[in-house]
Amino acid sequence: MATAEEEEDGGGGGGCCLRPFSCEQGLLSRPDGSAAFIQGDTSVLAGLYGPGEVKGSKELPDQAALEVLLRPKVGLPAVTPRLGRGGGAQREQLIRRTCEAVLLGALHPRTAVTLVLQVLSDIGSLLSCCLNAACLGLLDAGLPLASLFCGVTCALRPDGRLLLDPTARQEQEARAVLTFAIDSADGKVLAATAKGSCSAEELQQCLAAAQRAAATIFRFYRDSLRRKYSKW
Amino acid sequence: MKETPLSNCERRFLLRAVQERKRLDGRQCYDYRNVRISFGADYGCCIVELGKTRVLGQVSCELVPPKPNRATEGILFFNLELSPMAAPAFEPGRQSELLVKLNRLIERCLRNSKCIDTESLCVVAGEKVWQIRVDLHLLNHDGNIIDAASIAGIVALCHFRRPDVSVQGEEVTVYTPEERDPVPLSIHHMPVCVSFAFFQQGTYLLVDPSEREERVMDGLLVIAMNKHREICTIQSSGGIMLLKDQVLRCSKITAVKVAEITELIQKALENDQKVRKEGGKFGFAESIPNQKITAFKMERAAVDTKDVEEQAEEIITKADPPSEVFTKPILHTRGTAQIGEGIENAWGDLEESEREEAAEEEGETDATAFECQKMEMEDTSIMNETEKDEPIVLSDSEEEEVVILEPQDTPKKTRTQTNLKQENTSKKTFNKKRKKKRATH
Repeated sequence: MATAEEEEDGGGGGGCCLRPFSCEQGLLSRPDGSAAFIQGDTSVLAGLYGPGEVKGSKELPDQAALEVLLRPKVGLPAVTPRLGRGGGAQREQLIRRTCEAVLLGALHPRTAVTLVLQVLSDIGSLLSCCLNAACLGLLDAGLPLASLFCGVTCALRPDGRLLLDPTARQEQEARAVLTFAIDSADGKVLAATAKGSCSAEELQQCLAAAQRAAATIFRFYRDSLRRKYSKW
Repeated sequence: MKETPLSNCERRFLLRAVQERKRLDGRQCYDYRNVRISFGADYGCCIVELGKTRVLGQVSCELVPPKPNRATEGILFFNLELSPMAAPAFEPGRQSELLVKLNRLIERCLRNSKCIDTESLCVVAGEKVWQIRVDLHLLNHDGNIIDAASIAGIVALCHFRRPDVSVQGEEVTVYTPEERDPVPLSIHHMPVCVSFAFFQQGTYLLVDPSEREERVMDGLLVIAMNKHREICTIQSSGGIMLLKDQVLRCSKITAVKVAEITELIQKALENDQKVRKEGGKFGFAESIPNQKITAFKMERAAVDTKDVEEQAEEIITKADPPSEVFTKPILHTRGTAQIGEGIENAWGDLEESEREEAAEEEGETDATAFECQKMEMEDTSIMNETEKDEPIVLSDSEEEEVVILEPQDTPKKTRTQTNLKQENTSKKTFNKKRKKKRATH
């Protein structure tokens, strides 16, 4: 299956593909907002509580304190080597900073917002899937946001060709894997992280491709929300 | 966040409903909630939904040395986690009393019932055995965690396939899934837990209590049983006294429920296997219902990346050229090195209006600067005697002004207030040159 996919992705001659996307919102009854996001076979479940009561030490006087927990499927969070090739805690930080950038936390000072992301399966592009799940979770909870954001992962193959939304195998073979968080207001970059080496030109190429892909993902967000509110 | 407390009104209302043999979700006393099982893309991964309670199960394996007292047995490890996603009161990484109790019960239900053949997990006696790890994550807490977790545990174990191994002499080979099909675990039977909630000292009984019912119940009885009607574990908690026939009645109900659940599990496993064999689509993406308006799917989407290269090139040409790279560190004295000269301090630069005033004062400053220079000269002459070859750096403590004196050059280069202006102009011409370069680029 993976090889067929590979050929399909790579053979397009400059044309890149995003794997099939699906999402479900509000699937958990307890959290204030929840969403499952599935990219190909990679899936992440997000559950969000807040704005709610905050513990004394975490309280911020001017805005809501956002906490992000990324839970791996096997082993303990933040220390597991499988998820944490870049460190689970580091990914948590990246997601938190990205969410903080769009969340209008000043509207809810002295409160806590807890976002829990549970990895359901990791077959490549996990971080971008986490970001997408986080955004849909925030949307489902109805928290005020300055804009939306989405995550896009690009892989650079050894021959220099660019791949969007790579599978785990493609990520392994790739020379560099770059993940961007892009906001919906004017396609600006909220976060970027890279593994492997690439030139400045390749970085710009990946970024340009990610921005194109982001447009597709935002259309997907819009369509899924339109469907959700179609009976209101 | 704290758990929302249950009000007295709510408590009384729930108890009253139980007395009238009614339940809030419309079930009868002995009704079990709907069980839904979905499988992930990898082996040994499943989500079990019991009503709104949801548990994720994942089995993984690893080759480890066995325990010294059980040299020919594989190791089973269970870990149930109450994710903070499941309820606001659950804190990450805290071993609460509830968690310890649940973990112990799961172990008794799945390990101590000997449902997994641990001897078949032995690869080399006394040296290498498989350690099977079962991770269970509670995703949503709507009561009866133990039943959902026990179902998820046994389903994940049944679904799991471990890599095939072969032993030739001393050599152990582990085959990848491509080389040899992974093998399932040998499972003797499937124990499933069923919970009963008791109210008013055991007068009323409810099967599969929901979260609200759990909060007002007096006692809980959990019976783990397999489809052969063998009791694997039984536990009563909450401190109620149960009569013999109550326990017997519960075990009869358990037998019926376990038969239903086991059948469902087997059907789900068969379905998944069939789909995998036929090469159809499987994984969580397929388990999302299509009709729900909260769910949405998108097919593989092509993204046009044809002119990405041109766009990238355009951005790079437009962008400022990278600042000059100083490959050689500047060495002022032995033992110090500096990369680049840094940027000129703009505070010293005078504005147009101030420049005239400055010109008036120049006479005075010239004189003082001259004196200053003189003193420095004296200083350096002393220094010169001691170290002839070395360049010397003197720093004025009052102003952040660095004086570099290179003893070999006869007209001494000093950077003082007086020749600062000259330097400025030379810098400006340099900048102009750079700008011109950029324009031609």
